[in-house]
Order: sequence, then C-alpha cells, then structure tokens
Amino acid sequence: MYAAIAAARNGSSVLLLDKSLVGRGGATIMAQMTVAAAISHQEPDHWTLHLADTKEAGRDICDGVLSEILCEDAPKRIHEMDQWGAHWAREEGHIKQVVAPGHSRSRCCYVDFLNTGPAVAGTLRRQVSKMETIKRLSNVAVTDVLVHDGQAVGAVGLDVIEGEVVTFEAKAVILAAGGLTKLYSRNSASTNMAGEAYALALWAGAELIDMEFVQFFPIAHLAPRLVGMDPIMWDPFRYKLGGRLLNGNFEEFIHLYGGSDAGKYTAVRDLASYAILKEVEAGRGSPHGGVYLDFSHLPEAELRGAFGPVIDRLLANGIDLTKMPIEVGPTAHYQMGGVRVNGRMETSVNGLYAAGEAVGGANGANRLSGNAISEALVFGERAGRFAAEQARHVTSAWNARLAAPAVDQVRTLQEHKGKSGVHPVTLQSELKDLMWENAGPFRTADKLTMSLARINEIQRHDFTDLAISRERQFNLDLQDWFELRAMLTTAKAVVTAALARTESRGAHQRLDFPDSDASFVKNQVLQLKNGRLTVGWTPVVQSQVKVVEI
Amino acid sequence: MSAISGEKTALLRVWRGGPDQEGRYDTFKVPYEDGMSVLDALRWIRRHVDSSLAIRYSCINANACKTCMAVVNDRVEYTCTARLEPTTVTVKPLPKRSVIRDLVTDTTPAEEKLESFNQERGQ
Ligand SMILES: Cc1cc2nc3c(=O)[nH]c(=O)nc-3n(C[C@H](O)[C@H](O)[C@H](O)COP(=O)(O)OP(=O)(O)OC[C@H]3O[C@@H](n4cnc5c(N)ncnc54)[C@H](O)[C@@H]3O)c2cc1C
Ligand code: FES
Repeated sequence: MYAAIAAARNGSSVLLLDKSLVGRGGATIMAQMTVAAAISHQEPDHWTLHLADTKEAGRDICDGVLSEILCEDAPKRIHEMDQWGAHWAREEGHIKQVVAPGHSRSRCCYVDFLNTGPAVAGTLRRQVSKMETIKRLSNVAVTDVLVHDGQAVGAVGLDVIEGEVVTFEAKAVILAAGGLTKLYSRNSASTNMAGEAYALALWAGAELIDMEFVQFFPIAHLAPRLVGMDPIMWDPFRYKLGGRLLNGNFEEFIHLYGGSDAGKYTAVRDLASYAILKEVEAGRGSPHGGVYLDFSHLPEAELRGAFGPVIDRLLANGIDLTKMPIEVGPTAHYQMGGVRVNGRMETSVNGLYAAGEAVGGANGANRLSGNAISEALVFGERAGRFAAEQARHVTSAWNARLAAPAVDQVRTLQEHKGKSGVHPVTLQSELKDLMWENAGPFRTADKLTMSLARINEIQRHDFTDLAISRERQFNLDLQDWFELRAMLTTAKAVVTAALARTESRGAHQRLDFPDSDASFVKNQVLQLKNGRLTVGWTPVVQSQVKVVEI
Repeated sequence: MSAISGEKTALLRVWRGGPDQEGRYDTFKVPYEDGMSVLDALRWIRRHVDSSLAIRYSCINANACKTCMAVVNDRVEYTCTARLEPTTVTVKPLPKRSVIRDLVTDTTPAEEKLESFNQERGQ
C-alpha cells in the first residue's frame, strides 16, 4: 500500500491488486509488536546504530545498500505514518519507544494495545483511499507477470469471485505480495502468505537472493488453541518474567543443551529451537509436539502487572497462567531472503520492482524484531517512487497476445477432469509437512535432498493431475492450484539454497555443518534458466557507513 | 492444524448454494478438540472431506482481518473466534449480504470490485 501511495504521489495512476481484500490479507495487519526506527524520541539514537544492530543480527551477510536504506529511511516513514494518524503510543508528548531483543536502544514504536499491525494497515488503507489515482481491486490473485523483450508489461490475475481471467497492462509492476511462511505446516502466517512473490519473480526472469534464510520463531504458541492473538506473543513475557521452558515430563531442559550456546542473540534463539525439537525427537515433547512454557511459579499480581489486559484475553481463551503451562514450539515466521533488488527496488527485469517482505537481503541471515514493518514501509515508498519514474519514461510494450498462455491455463484448468481425486489443498498440506520436516529449523543434506526429489516429483507428476471442483464462483480449488504452483517453485528455491549453503549461519542451521564458515560470507543468487533453477554466489556488498556515536 | 484423533466430534451443518438459491445444508462430522474455532472445523472439512466448500478468511489466528464472518447458530460471528462445541453447529452465510457461494457473501467495498474497474476501462 505504501508503494501505491508513493507511486500515485509521484504522478502515476496505480492499480493495487490483492487476492484478499486490500490491506487485510497479509502479515501487516496481524503484527502485534513493534516497528523499529531510530527517531530518538525515547533516548538519543542514530540510524547508524540501528544499522550496526541490524548487521550484527544479519551475521555479516546483510546487503549493505538495502540495510542502510532500511535504517536511514525508517524514521521518515514513522513520522509520515504519524502525520497520517497512525497513533503511535506516546508518553509526555513524544512517541514511546521500547527495546526489543537485539536492539541496543529504545527504538521500537508500537500502537496500543497490541494494535500495531491493524493501525499500520488501517492508516495505509485510509491514505490509499484518499488518492484518486489509486484504483484498488480486491479478490484478484495475480498468477503471472507478463514480460516482453526483458520488460515487465503487465500481469494476469484470477478474479476469485467470478472465476474469470483478468489481464492488466502496466508500465511498471511492483511485487509486494509478502512472505512465504505458509510453505511450512507450522507457521504464523495468514492464508495468503504462500511465497507467490518469489515464484512470480523467478518466472519473470528476476533473481532471488539468500532464500535459505527462513526465520523460525522458537516459542510460538501451539496449544491450547488460542484465537485473536499473535502466536509469537510469548517471547517478551518469557524474557520479562522468566517463564520456564519444561519438557513433556515437566522438567527443565535448556541447560542440557547449554554447551553449544555461543552466547549471541541469534544463538540464544536458535538454541531454544534446537533444544525444543531435540526433546520432541527424544519423545519428551508436550502433547502437541512442543514443550511447556510455564509462568505458574509467579504470583498473580506480577503476571497481571506484566501482561496487563492480555491476561483477560487469555482467560477468555480458557488459559489461566497461574494454574497451567501452555505449549510452545518453533514456527516459521518470516523470510529474510527474497527478490533481489538494488537500492531503487529494481529487479534484474526492467520495469519489475519488489517491496516489503518479498525483498531479500536487507536483514542478512537473521532479522531483528521490528525491522519487518519498517522494511515494508521503507521499501514500499521507494519502489513506488522509482516505479513512477520508470513509468514516466517508458512507452507501453503491452500486447494482449502475451497474456494468451496464462489465460488458456485458467480455461484448461476449469475444464480439467483430474483422475487422481486429489485436490490442491491436500497436496499443499503434504508440501507443508515435507518442508517442516525436512527444510525447517534444522537441516541436513539427506533430508534436503530427499525433499528436493519429492518436490520435483510433485511438479512432474502429482501436480499435473489434480482434481478441481467445477464451480465458477469463489472456487478455492482453483485458487489453491495457482498458489500451490507458486509454493512448489518457491519451496524448491528454499531447499536448493539451503542445500548449497554448507554451513550454519543465523537462521540457517545445518546439523551436518554446525559451524559458520568464513568462506560463506557471500550471498546466494538463484535464477531460472530454461526452466532450471541455477545457483550462483556474489560477494556481500558491505556497508561502509561508520557508526555515529552519540 | 492437521486431523485430530480423539473421540469427540462436532457435527457441522453448513449452508451450501449460490446467489438467490434456496440452498441446502450439508452435514460434516469433524474431530473435535478443546478450543477449536468454527473456522478450524471449516478448514478441516476443506482439507479432508470437501474442498469445494467456499469460505473466506485470511488471518486464522489474529482476529485482525475481519473477513471470516458468518452466522453461527443464528448469531453473526467471526468464524475464527466462534468456539466449536462437540455438538451440532449450524453455519450460514451473512443475512444482509448477497451470497457469492456457500458461506462467502459480498463484503467487498463497491469501489474495490472488478465490475467498477471494468466499467471504468470500458469493457
Ligand atoms: C503474526 C505476525 C506477527 C508479526 N509481528 C511483527 C512485528 O511486531 N513487527 C515487525 O516488524 N514485523 C512483524 N511481522 C512481520 C511483518 O508483519 C511482515 O514482514 C510485513 O508486514 C510484510 O509486509 P508486506 O507488505 O511485505 O506483506 P503483507 O502485509 O503480508 O501483504 C501482502 C499482501 O499480498 C497479498 N497477496 C499475496 N499473494 C498475492 C497474489 N498472488 N496476488 C495478489 N495478492 C497477493 C496478500 O493477500 C497480502 O494482502 C509479523 C508477522 C506475522 C505473521
Ligand atoms: S480469519 Fe481473520 S478475523 Fe477471522
């Protein structure tokens, strides 16, 4: 949405497409924590300090250009959002900022109460709707970006309401379709986060960078079933209050794995995931395949003080923390890798841009909390601005014939009588389990190779004969089919990249290569050439900016 | 959430049909676990029994997207926060909206509809 606003105010007429309802379908509206920006309201801060923290978490492979832009521009975006009425929490007249793990300063803004994401999404929606040159279209799932002579010229989409194909002519196309965590059976994702931006980019001829770096959140909520709350909410409470992690036998266990803790922020998080999954593997997990997080040793008053109104929301969910532990475990949460862009958010395909979580590289091997929404705002603004500039200078190379194969594809599917009896949603479930088991938080060559073989087989075989129900209106089978097609491409990119990086770094942990290897201080670039995924490496563009001490 | 083994089940009576149709109720037996939402059950049905069931939702857990509304046992609710009970639960589309199919009703703001765009570009 920020990209649309920026493009419109730079003179473009914009079409904003969303497969869900505009501004409701993605991760942004779900975020409940914070947004990081060095605005120095709470205490003196500087964007170069934010950059230093971002690089530290990114374990030497952040793209210097992108991480500088992220940290330098974030304050501008926070202020602009403030003018647009985002209602950042305030105290004594200034925007209130807190420290989140990995940040060296009180830098993280939020909106009360646990309302950051809805406020950000709502503010952008309002702003978008005020701009006459933005046309919003909900219920359009983009299935292909059209490229002619190396130039993006438009897109094809599925009108999910009527089951019709729609084509769009454009002088520039921005991919802002969010992350990929729906690839994993355990995720914090919305149903629309199927990694389609990455697949669309690859198919269009663009490059992906560092796809192996999927962030797994160690103690996401597993059970009892909790609704209306962010599944990753437990982390701050655990730090603040000293919640205890217990295995299925109600014994503490983290210390058993303590020896391998390198003492780093990322190591600490990775260690918790590792210890939890090892306990589960040894048959000492909790009933839902995680471990217990227990606050029952703490007095109720202390819990109330720390949780505030959240404690009542938990009670409404049947969770009384003074009496019972909850179950937690690692879950797929965010993708650090993504579409490879330069500082103008341009991909290697002329006229094709990316923004938000779809962009790879700014956060390197691991992301600080609060950096993702900043990134969505910052990269969105730039993508919109530079795409508008592009649109002013090119003439449309649109040709309706370019859309014909994509249009035929939908028609064929609508006629298709799959003999397998398997529906796309079922195959999606298999892929998600496959990815969780074999390309999840801890990886080995054997498991990655096995999953790659299965993905190839699914693409060649199972995927070609799926059963699709015949209804025209709101046919989820059809939507699932397109989503699955992209998920397979994106899953393959993740697995291929994970296999090639034979070391452990940040969020990419290889059990068969447990150490970081200095020769891997480089970025991995994937591209489709003649239908085959190729792997290349490129030196990291290190930021040369010096930290301004204050 | 994957299939859950357990003795308790819920019976979902789900309205099926298109615009201006009388429609019918299909009944699905769904494995029940404490705390499950009605949306969990509908998603289970799509995965395991009938993928042609039309439902709209996005955020699943956060109750943030507000796209999943339907009538659950005669009350308008978010299906993602409506608790499932191990009894019979009736789910219908929203009453004052036109039906697109099954539980999906027309909740898209007029200016975000494709029709308005097609009119503008003269198709
Ligand atoms: C539960 C949760 C909590 C989080 N908490 C925080 C936090 O506190 N702080 C923080 O900084 N970050 C947080 N993150 C991460 C952050 O929210 C995301 O990285 C960020 O919001 C991504 O923004 P985006 O605009 O790139 O994508 P999204 O907001 O995900 O939007 C992508 C949009 O693209 C649409 N779409 C997808 N595919 C298609 C297609 N083929 N055709 C048409 N439309 C499509 C989707 O419907 C969606 O509306 C959290 C993430 C989750 C899941
Ligand atoms: S699914 Fe998002 S509010 Fe119900």
